[in-house]
Amino acid sequence: MSTDPERNTYVYVTYIRTTPERLWEALTSADWMRKYWFGIHAESTFTAGAPWKLVFADGRTADTGEVLEADPPRRLVLKWRNEFREELKAEGYSRCVMELVPEAGAVRLTITHSIARPGVRFVEAISGGWPKVISNLKSLLETGQAALSG
Amino acid sequence: MSEADLLFKALADPSRRKLLDLLYAHDGRTLGQLCAHLSMTRQAVTQHLALLEGANLVAVVWRGREKLHFLNPVPLQQVYERWIRKFERPRLAALDALKKGLEGDEP
Repeated sequence: MSTDPERNTYVYVTYIRTTPERLWEALTSADWMRKYWFGIHAESTFTAGAPWKLVFADGRTADTGEVLEADPPRRLVLKWRNEFREELKAEGYSRCVMELVPEAGAVRLTITHSIARPGVRFVEAISGGWPKVISNLKSLLETGQAALSG
Repeated sequence: MSEADLLFKALADPSRRKLLDLLYAHDGRTLGQLCAHLSMTRQAVTQHLALLEGANLVAVVWRGREKLHFLNPVPLQQVYERWIRKFERPRLAALDALKKGLEGDEP
């Protein structure tokens, strides 16, 4: 089963009591991102075909890629590759799909991150990161505070 | 029922924890693939999966006509943060600074 593409797909879902517009802003604005992504922010115009990169607080590049689809405030698709760890960079590009669906006073955010070929290190890298980032994002939007401060 | 009630109810059953273990070992399985590992009727597995989905512990992705089930760890991360992460002092301090910076920042 090692060639099964589902083995290289990770799905994260959360319901956030906010609007799709506000969540889109939180997912794309550098000022918002720094608050829940441990100092990291993205640089991009977030239009289809535009370059995209994630930048650490100290200015180093974390990841790079391209915006494949942008349909604010509903759907964002990124081509994504690690830049700061050689062994991760060697695994090549992954694909990250973010979908925002309004549902009964909240927004269902689904993040589907996948890589075309088996990448053990990719799995390690993303599966540790996304739950923390998403959980922090939810806390920030719902309470105005990141998760730990309570 | 609140999100937390749904979560703990879902986790309170050993068969449902077994389903989460199976998905943790290998994500993206169909109902049929999951049934092959369990000594339960297909109907019982369907009901357990629906409860796990209701608690947001399982996410479903349609691929063509196949319904694939994925373990969604986000609610468990929130439980962890609620009672455990508080004790991570260095991060706590960092996020306290964040909180101060954020207050009054509601767009």
